[in-house]
Parts: sequence; C-alpha cells; structure tokens
Amino acid sequence: MSSMFSQEVPLELYLLLSAALFALGIVGFLIKRNLITVFMSIELMLNAVNLSFVTFAHQWHQVRGQIFVFFVMMVAAAEAAVGLAIIIAVFRARATLAVDRIDLMKL
Amino acid sequence: MNGSLHLWLIPLLPFAGFLINGLLGRRLPKALVSTIALLAPLAAFGLVLNAASSVFAISSPALSLPYIETCPIGWINIGTLHVDFSFVLDQLSLIMLLVITGVGFLIHVYSVGYMKDDKGYARYFAYLNLFLFFMTTLVLAGNALLMFVGWEGVGLASYLLIGFWFSKTTAAEAGKKAFIVNRIGDFGFLIGMFLLLANFGTLTFTEIATKLGQDPGWTGGVVTVIALCLLLGATGKSAQLPLYIWLPDAMEGPTPVSALIHAATMVTAGVYMIARNHVLFDHSPFALSVVAVVGAATALFAATIALVQTDIKRVLAYSTISQLGYMFLGCGVAAYSAAIFHLMTHAFFKALLFLAAGSVIHGMGGEQDMRKMGGLRTKLPVTFWTMTAAVIAIAGIWPFAGFFSKDAILYSAFQQGSLGKVLYFVGLITALLTAFYMFRLWYLTFFGETRSNDAHPVEGHSAGAHIHESPWSMLGPLVILALLSISGGWIGIDRFGSFLSAVTGPTIDPAAAVGGKTLDLALSGIAVAVALLGWYFAHTFYSGKSDRPKELAAAYPGGYKLLANKYYVDEFYGATVVKPLLAFSTYFLSWVVDKAILGGLAWLLGGIAVFSGALLQRWQSGNIRSYAAWLAAGAAALLLFVFIPWASVLANFGIHLTLAGR
Repeated sequence: MSSMFSQEVPLELYLLLSAALFALGIVGFLIKRNLITVFMSIELMLNAVNLSFVTFAHQWHQVRGQIFVFFVMMVAAAEAAVGLAIIIAVFRARATLAVDRIDLMKL
Repeated sequence: MNGSLHLWLIPLLPFAGFLINGLLGRRLPKALVSTIALLAPLAAFGLVLNAASSVFAISSPALSLPYIETCPIGWINIGTLHVDFSFVLDQLSLIMLLVITGVGFLIHVYSVGYMKDDKGYARYFAYLNLFLFFMTTLVLAGNALLMFVGWEGVGLASYLLIGFWFSKTTAAEAGKKAFIVNRIGDFGFLIGMFLLLANFGTLTFTEIATKLGQDPGWTGGVVTVIALCLLLGATGKSAQLPLYIWLPDAMEGPTPVSALIHAATMVTAGVYMIARNHVLFDHSPFALSVVAVVGAATALFAATIALVQTDIKRVLAYSTISQLGYMFLGCGVAAYSAAIFHLMTHAFFKALLFLAAGSVIHGMGGEQDMRKMGGLRTKLPVTFWTMTAAVIAIAGIWPFAGFFSKDAILYSAFQQGSLGKVLYFVGLITALLTAFYMFRLWYLTFFGETRSNDAHPVEGHSAGAHIHESPWSMLGPLVILALLSISGGWIGIDRFGSFLSAVTGPTIDPAAAVGGKTLDLALSGIAVAVALLGWYFAHTFYSGKSDRPKELAAAYPGGYKLLANKYYVDEFYGATVVKPLLAFSTYFLSWVVDKAILGGLAWLLGGIAVFSGALLQRWQSGNIRSYAAWLAAGAAALLLFVFIPWASVLANFGIHLTLAGR
C-alpha cells in the first residue's frame, strides 16, 4: 500500500473524489429544476464512476476497468445525443424545461 | 363398361366455376364470366349424359347400377362410425341429375339475358354455380351425412340468391325468413340422423335398407319417429305444411332463381329425400299416411290461396307448393316412382312457367302485378306460346306432361284404401283449382286489353309502349322447356316406374290391380274433365271484361279476405311463435341475461380494476425527481445494509444472529 508521502497520489483520494463527484451529481439531479442541469448531473455521476474504474484499473494493473470506461463514455455520448434531442423536442412543444411541469403522462 | 365415370367432377366443376367467378368475377369481362358460368353446368350435364348413355347402352355390357365412387381418403372414422365421401349413381340419382344439370344449364343460359344489366352479374353466376355444386352433392350422396352437407348448402345458396338484391329490405328479410324456417326443418333432419345412428349404427342408405330388410321386427316405434323427423326436414325444404311460409316470400329473388331453386330443383329435395329413404317409410304405415295427408292438405291449401293472388310470381309460388304437395301425396301412398315422375315433369313446366313469367316481367319493365298486364299475346308471341304449353301441362290436360304424372299419383292414391280415396278427391279438387288459377293467370296476362297504360306511367312514358319481347338467350330455353313440357310425359309411368323399380320398389300395374285398365282410363278421363272444367270457369271469369270475379268476391267477403290474406298464417305464426320468441329474447335473454347478469358481471370486474387502479395510481406522482429521490434513498438504504456490521451492532443490544445449521 502506498502512503500519503509516497510519490503516487494515494488510492483513497481518488475514491473520495469520485464519491464526492457522484454525490454532487445526485444532489444536482434531485434539486435542480432545469432539465439541462439535471442532464449534466447525470453526466457528472457517470464520470465519477469512470474515475473509480480508472483508479482500480491502475491499482490492479488490469486493462478491464479502462475498457469499461470506454463503454461508459460511448453510452454517455449516445445518451447525450438522444437526451439533447428529447430536450429540444420537449422545449419546442412545451416552451419550458422545468421538470415539475413536464408531467403530461400523468393521469 | 371400362373406365371411371368421374362422378366427382359433376359437383366439382360447378364449384370451380363458383370459385373463379366468386373470387375474380368482378375483374373479368362479362363474356368470360358467362362462359365460365355456362361451361360448368354444361360440362356436368355432359358427364351425366355420358353416365346415362352407358346405363342405357344397347351394346352390352351396359353399366350395372348402382355405381359407387368413394373418395379413398375417409371422412369420419370414430370407433365404429365410418362415414365416407361416397357418390352413388343409381336410377334415382341419375334422373335427378339429368333434371338438375339439364334444366340448370337452360336456366343459366336464360340468366345471361335476364341479368344482363345487373351490377352483381358475376356474383349472381357464382351463387348459381355454388347451388349446382351443393345440389348435385345432395343427389349423389351415398349417406345421410353427405346428403345433409348438400342439403344445408342448397339452403345457403337459396338464402344468398333470395337476398341477392340485398339493398332491398323485403329481399333481405325474405332471405332470412327462408333460412330460419329451414332451420326448423333441418332440426328434424338432424334428429332423424342421430336416431338412425343410434339404432342402426350407420348413415349409409344401402346399409340401413339392408338392416331393415334383414329384421322384420323393425316396424312402427322408433322407425316411425325417425321417418317423422325426416318428414319434418322434408317439409322445411320442400315448403309443405306447416313450414311452407318461406317459399312465397322467396320470390323476392331474381326470377331465374325462382325457376331453378324454388320450383325445379331445390324444393324437390324433400321429395327426393323421402324417396331415397323410402325403406324407412315403408316400414312405418303411420308415417306414410302422415306424408300423404300432409301432401294432400298442402296441395289443396296452397291451391286455394293461389286463386286470388295478383302477383304473377306469387301465383306460381303457391302453385309450386301445391304441386310439391302432389309429390308428397305420391310418396305417401308409396308410389315413389310416380312422385319422382311428377318431380321431373314439374321441373320442366314449372321452370318454364317461371322463366316465361320472368320474360313477361322483363318485357313489362319489372311489373309483376297481373292486374296491370293483359293483352300481351301479340306483343310477346314466343313467351305466350311457350307459356301456353306450360299452363296446359300443369293443368293436366292430355297429352301434355303434367297429365301423365299427376294421373299416376292420383291413380296410386285411389288404390290405397279409404284414406287413399279421400286423398284422391282432395287431389282432384286441387286439380280443378290448379286448372282454374293457371288459366286465370294466362287470361289476365295475355288476353283482353293492356291495362298498363293507366296504371304506371313510368318516367313520363306509358308502360305499354315499352313492352318488348325478350332476347333469344331467354327465349331459347323457353322453347326447349316447352318441348319438354309437351313431350316429357310420353315416357309413361310404366316405363319410368320399371326403370326406377330397382331403387323405389315395384309400382302398381293397372292391368293387374283392382279395377283393371278400365279404372285407370276412367280416372284419367275424370282428371282431364276436371281440368277442362277449371279452364271453363277461368274462361267465363277472366277471358272478357267480366265483373263476375268482383261479384263473387263481394258475395263472400269473408272467404275472399281469408284467401287474399293467405289464411292469416303469417300473422298466426307471427303472433304465436315470432312475437313470443322476440319478447322472450328481448325481455329475458337480452335484458335479464345479457344486460343484467353478463353485463353486470363485466361491469363488476371492470369496476374492481378501475378502483384498484385509482388506489395504486397515487403512488405514481409523475414527478421524475421524486422517483429519483426514492431511487437514491433506496440505494442509500442498500449501502447501509451492506456496510454496517449488523451482527456486531445487534450484539451490542444482546441479540445474536446465527445461521441455521451452524
């Protein structure tokens, strides 16, 4: 195990950063009303997970974690494309992006 | 005789015509449609003629009957029950086939002219071919079940063709009426078949006859019940009392259909069925007398109604019912060959009467009321002369066809004891009435002055100016049928009866019977005299401008009203059967069973679903962030559950978790 004083940044710090980013993402997702911000919060969460993947990949000297990251990024890109398209469509139809007001499917 | 007769092609060729015209007819040119429609019955007729020629072949060896063709693949094989697709050609079915395909072909030819301008041209011929398919199946069937298939099929074709002009309410309703009334008869036929199966274990006609012949104990009892059930079926199809009511309404169909289905062929299926099952009836004298009484009663009953009808086709419809009554009378006195003989001659002259009436209606531009006709003798000469032949034939005047067959039936009835003598007189009175109403029709239609001018100025023209003779495609069949109506009886009942005797049993030989030849001649003389008397009455009543019909009607207003309203039978059935049934259906079946019980159950189930849905719906706020919050809370709870060392936490509270088995 590396110590705080070794040259490498210790594992715990990476994981703490990842957890902090994820928590930020959750909080943003829950309290923000603007759909774009909500969307960005999701991206934040994904990247937090990516960070922990890369950390562990480095730690165990395995490439698998890095491959997972590529997959996640790919999905995130696709999600961004679809999600932004939906957001634009919603805005055109409803002239608002407040998530509280997008509740047409509700009976 | 070598090689097959290909009996199976006789029904299947018209069926192929039905498929082609029914599926593609609307896209095909009219000439092609008529070619296909005409080729099918013509080819079938050719096959029948081929079979007939090998039967009558002078050069030996002639074909020995019955000739049976069975489809190698069985139809129904359950336990001891074996039913095959088997076609049987014997003397009886051969004669029926000759009539059906021969007259059927002529009527197809006639239809080409009659239906020329109809929008449903291809549909019409498809139905007509379909009818021939089922009718030939019915006649060729070697067992009761296959016969029943044809029996139901001709009912279907009849329904389709009565309601051919379905946009007309009366036609659609007449079709329904025919179908429903026939269901009552078919119920009898079905019960009869079930009883046959239960008692004989087979539905094949020959096997039933053999089993009946082996055991002389089969008399009365169950045989009577079977025979009466079959009779109920026959009264439905052949329009006898009490189920005749559909036939007059069936005249809503196109006139060639009335000629083919509701005069010449389909309605005689009941007579054919009784003749086919005659062994059963022979074993039950009671059932036979019922057949005879039903026949005679129907003959008289329908003839009286025909006296005062004014619609030309309705007169002919009641006349058909009356003549079918004669055939039943013939069957009822066990003179099956006489009944079939009358069936054949009747097919000739009644088809001719209908076709000629159709020619008159065609010439009059659709007018069917005889009171608005008159004086057509010179305007429709061919129609007039052919119709004359038919009228004389049906009236039973020597030497036209109707005389021979009617005389044979009346003679056989006279030989059958005291009941037979009563029925003979009923038949004689009917013959008088028949001659009267047929010549009434003849005089009203063709003699006197044209009464159409003042009646119906159609679209600004007087109807009289438009009267025209029909095209030769219609007149040709008329002429051929007229020749048959004149000469069809000359075969004579003796030759006809001896030919049929292999199937229907021996006929009475006048020379050997009580009274000898003199009685036969005397009865013939009486029959002709009665027919001439009927003609005379019609002549005095209707040949000139006479007020006598009106005076007579005024003298007996009650009787006239009774006849003009057809004895109020429709009203009676309406009040006793239709109305109670409708009331039962509306108030009990529809309101109580359907709406209250079934509908209530459906509402209850639906209500439960709606109510529980309304409860569960509250969980779905529709707010995405609340969902996400729940998700996050759930994830947090899971994390807590996984990471908190519960065992030690609980141990602090004095609780020790142990897994089973450890």
